[in-house]
Amino acid sequence: MKAFEYAAPSTEAEAIELMTERAGTVEILAGGTDLVGLMKQMLVNPDRVVNLMEIRSLREIEPTPSGGVSIGAAVSLEQILDSHYLDPYASLKQAINNISSMQLRCQGTLGGELCQRPQCWFFRGGHGLLGDDGRAVAQGDNRYHAVFANAGPAKFVNNSRLAPALIVRDARLRIVGPSPDAEQWVDLADFYRIPRHGEQRENVLRAGQFVSHIELPDPGSFQCATYEVRQGAGPEYPLTAAAARLNVQSGVVRDAKIVLGHVAPTPWRSEDAEHELIGKPLTAETIEAAGLAAIRLATPLSRNEYKVTLAQVSVERAVRMAAGLPPGGF
Amino acid sequence: MSRKRVVSATINGDLVEFLCEPRQTLLEVLRNVLELTGAKEGCSNGNCGACTVLMNGRPVVSCLVLAMEAEGAEIRTIEGVACGSHLDEVQQAFLQGAALQCGICTPGFIMQTEALLAENPQPSEDEIRFYLAGNLCRCTGYDKIVRAVQSAAAQRQQASHSTQATR
Repeated sequence: MKAFEYAAPSTEAEAIELMTERAGTVEILAGGTDLVGLMKQMLVNPDRVVNLMEIRSLREIEPTPSGGVSIGAAVSLEQILDSHYLDPYASLKQAINNISSMQLRCQGTLGGELCQRPQCWFFRGGHGLLGDDGRAVAQGDNRYHAVFANAGPAKFVNNSRLAPALIVRDARLRIVGPSPDAEQWVDLADFYRIPRHGEQRENVLRAGQFVSHIELPDPGSFQCATYEVRQGAGPEYPLTAAAARLNVQSGVVRDAKIVLGHVAPTPWRSEDAEHELIGKPLTAETIEAAGLAAIRLATPLSRNEYKVTLAQVSVERAVRMAAGLPPGGF
Repeated sequence: MSRKRVVSATINGDLVEFLCEPRQTLLEVLRNVLELTGAKEGCSNGNCGACTVLMNGRPVVSCLVLAMEAEGAEIRTIEGVACGSHLDEVQQAFLQGAALQCGICTPGFIMQTEALLAENPQPSEDEIRFYLAGNLCRCTGYDKIVRAVQSAAAQRQQASHSTQATR
């Protein structure tokens, strides 16, 4: 690791000040499970690291006046599993339970999970986020890369395992900075972006800003589920995943929201799949149609066509689980 | 704001102060500064669990914790598990069940098992395998490790029953 200055402020305002005063490049530290590894490999070389873990308000889970729940960005994944306030959001807990390293659950935070950098091996191998304007990925071993929205230089996938589950729940983020009293709310669905050049990151955060809270609205009468396709039960990242939210009345789907993970540079919402479900009875045929619709616009790279099938399977199984049916398969 | 700082933490029950740079990990300080070389550096990126220690009672991969973050924390390493030359039930079970070959992963497995048994004294095989999924072993094939954890859990249960019986 290159040398850096370290600070552990106890308030949001102090953290913002530490991020915005003349300090060179600044990185935010929470659980450290991604950042410390990136710094060790010298892929990220900040002049200053600001640790958010001492800010008490960022470590709390609280009900909101509107019937939802606010989760501090520095809350650990284990704390979420243990919180009764989050019992009505079972698919979020289901997604965390898919992360099979207990150490990473104890250390990792929700904010860090959502802001993690891509696992793309070209990026992690020092070839930059876009790997020679996308050519390295297009011509190289792209078996784990994007099958949607990959026409530009960004061909990595967003690796958040919780973002799809939170987006189908209409989660919002509170972003603070760069001025001491600046705060804004952003839908998690709008937080991610596809970088067009090497100077851009994978989300809309600007210098001096950080995510302080994640807010879930009232759980409502939705049925939600998350399904991941993984190579085994080990700690590897999934190959594809999908989260589904259904509102079924008298056997007919009144509303649906489908978001896929690990298939595009951002979490990937499939309105095509949703259209196949809405207004229809929830039958095996409708669910299969939704899975097929989800992959209609897929543009696999040279070595990842298999992920298209897995994306279809993820959608079908997430919908089945949301409907209370067994997911099927192995 | 600092480049070097004295950090105080309770390590295996003793209050310890050490000087460190922000870029040093807890694992580096444990091994190179405090000479507690039980925690091992395997992958160095949090995947293998060989460096697992308990920080405020929870298992963490110390290769991904900055030493600065240990300020005020209570840390337990493999060196704090045995009582003098008396091994605890988990260590004893690993030894008796030959749940190790090269031994590099063992301190991490034992610390992770301590965390598991503290929270779930009678884990099922599935629960053991799930809880230890963040620890990798390339020698044993895991079966002997799982059996050692089951045996340690049984030993502990028996010990606590006989303690209650003699009260």
